[in-house]
Amino acid sequence: MSRYFVTAAVGLLALTAACGGGDTKAGPITLNYVMWADNQVPAYKQCADAFTKKNPTISIKMSSVAWEQYWQNLTTQVVSGTAPDVFRDSVAYYPQFAKNNQLLDISELATRDKVDLGQYQKGLVDIWVRDGKRYGLPLDWDTIGVFYNKDQVKKAGLDPAGFANWTWNPQDGGTFEKAIAALTVDDKGRKGTDPGFDKEHVAVYGFAPDYSAPALGQTSWAGFAVSNGFKYLDKNPFGSKYFYDDPKLAETVSWFAGLSKKGYAPPYDKQSALGGDALLQSGKAAMVVSGSWMAKAYLDSKTLPLAAAPLPAGPQGRKTPINGVSDAIYAGTKHKEEAWQWVKFVGSAECQDLVAATTEVLPAITTSSDKALAAHEAAGRDVTAFVDEAKAADGTFLLPVTDNADKINELMNTAISSVLLGTTDAKSALSTANTGVNALFQ
Amino acid sequence: MSAVTQAKPLFKTVRRHNAEGGQGWAALLFLAPTLLGFAAFYIYPSVRGVWLSFTDWNLLSEPEFVGLGNYAELAGDPLFWRSLLLTGYNTVLNLAGQLSLALLVAALMHRLTKSVVLRATLLLPWLVPNVATALLWLWLLDANLGFVNQLLDAMGLPTHGFFNSPGEAMPSIAAVTTWASVGYVALLLYAGMLQIPEQVYEAAAMDGAGEVRTFFRITLPLLRPVLALVLVVSVIGCFQIFDTIAVTTKGGPINATKVIYYYIYQEAFTHFRMGYAAAMALTLVLIMGALTYLQMRLMRASNSDLG
Repeated sequence: MSRYFVTAAVGLLALTAACGGGDTKAGPITLNYVMWADNQVPAYKQCADAFTKKNPTISIKMSSVAWEQYWQNLTTQVVSGTAPDVFRDSVAYYPQFAKNNQLLDISELATRDKVDLGQYQKGLVDIWVRDGKRYGLPLDWDTIGVFYNKDQVKKAGLDPAGFANWTWNPQDGGTFEKAIAALTVDDKGRKGTDPGFDKEHVAVYGFAPDYSAPALGQTSWAGFAVSNGFKYLDKNPFGSKYFYDDPKLAETVSWFAGLSKKGYAPPYDKQSALGGDALLQSGKAAMVVSGSWMAKAYLDSKTLPLAAAPLPAGPQGRKTPINGVSDAIYAGTKHKEEAWQWVKFVGSAECQDLVAATTEVLPAITTSSDKALAAHEAAGRDVTAFVDEAKAADGTFLLPVTDNADKINELMNTAISSVLLGTTDAKSALSTANTGVNALFQ
Repeated sequence: MSAVTQAKPLFKTVRRHNAEGGQGWAALLFLAPTLLGFAAFYIYPSVRGVWLSFTDWNLLSEPEFVGLGNYAELAGDPLFWRSLLLTGYNTVLNLAGQLSLALLVAALMHRLTKSVVLRATLLLPWLVPNVATALLWLWLLDANLGFVNQLLDAMGLPTHGFFNSPGEAMPSIAAVTTWASVGYVALLLYAGMLQIPEQVYEAAAMDGAGEVRTFFRITLPLLRPVLALVLVVSVIGCFQIFDTIAVTTKGGPINATKVIYYYIYQEAFTHFRMGYAAAMALTLVLIMGALTYLQMRLMRASNSDLG
């Protein structure tokens, strides 16, 4: 019997030895690189090829994981010791990874290699710094605007040229709400502005708001609330006191709730599970608020005549959130220096110019960004709305970057949903949520 | 029956047989692969789960022992109790729908038609993966673009939010899972009905009992062991509901469908609170164990009325 055991044991050992491998010190290495946007993979593949040409010993293995599973995947990979060397990072999750020492601090490397931090779109560099440690270089930026259906605008008798100057306030919604009302049509063909408009049987909603952007409101209430004087928190990034109980925010959220009450927007409990995008695509909504990252897909649409307009100007002027991503280096990587070389390359004009040519995103380096705009223009896409917003003095603000983002999201989701459903008034729902949010930082 | 009673003494002599007593090692060898799998995939994770429930592990840093902290938080967490209630609500809705419909279908199959094609067709929804079923119904029941609402609207009836309305979300999900599993449950019950001897029905017919009376006086009581099995399996299945919710509502709107499994998943993989999630999972194991024991006792599942 024991003879068999010995043979089996030896066999097993041989197997594990074969699997274990061992570090090869010299020679070519492969960096694992993960992102969530699969449409950007071809763009960054060009960078990877250019990088390998310059550094023949380093090759980049790219893959993408959908956003819904991205952070779960990454977290379990960290636990099992199989995390990628470099991965795409988001402001919503990086504080937690940084706090748990899973990201490599690149501040010394950036100083050593004299990376020019001034070449990037302003504001985007410092969101990746926590407690004096830098965790990434900005890759791209995005602002928020309105996409509208040109046919429906024409049918409503509106002049799209006026959209560049539309206004908004939380009381009567300004000219923005007037446009929404004019674009709304009931099943008998009456417009939202007509007498006898039947809000129970709406065929086309003037506006399909994004109801699933709770804590940041990036593609929803953020630009409106801030243009109304709302401020998220005491200090950004890494403040510790939120002001979600600000009446300015309550007014804004109430205005959104009012839209569906008037029949201009889908009621919260009868929204499409597929989101505002599906409504726009099916012609059941005339406008959505979305990010510049949708510009290529929307403006190239063969089936729908879509165009972009800036967000309306609120009582404090026009304000849009500006946001971006970076690449982070996993603290446990075996190839720190090589990973840094790659991150530095992706953050350089050489790579960002390549990305610019694809127009998938607007690169963070301003000169590359201008090239992307030229490429957009050459392709017949008008994205000036997003660019003008970003260039306007005091026209942009940063989304909050703090700990507990996931918990804050949940608390704010409950609060805003209940306001949109009409079960709680905005003021009390938001102050309850704010108490809960600030308790997380105690 | 008689075969079993004859086999019993035979079995005992086999065990006492000396020459074969030494085969324990061989048995162990053959069992080893399964035991290894059982140890690696069931015992080890369970023990580790118990340990984790006493820690504050967030996946990214080393776990730290917090004693009964997680359990104390659990007791005072309104969302936990609500999620248990919601799970119960879903189970009741499902059991009521599944069992009544399945009994009806099984009785029809048993007394009306023996068509194999029909039986196979009934099983079709159960063969579709849960995620596909959920996606299918998510589209059909969509509030703005769904076929069902267009149909309702065309008939002049009010449209519904289904998955998006807090009041309708849970019943909608229960309806989808009922749709998916009623055929399977019906088949189990039908198999049980086939075991009831034909003479009993003949005797009942002779005594002048109608179809309805026969069903309630003969079929149902004699079906008890199978019903008990179906009930236990269904209750466990309903408690484990996850995929349908993950696809359709993600626990929303406003936590209206945040059942216990989804809550555990969210705490573990959205908020990365493994310790707390493990504590909830262990509490659930205890609850499920108690429920199953109670059911088996109440239904006297292990003995049949068929002498």
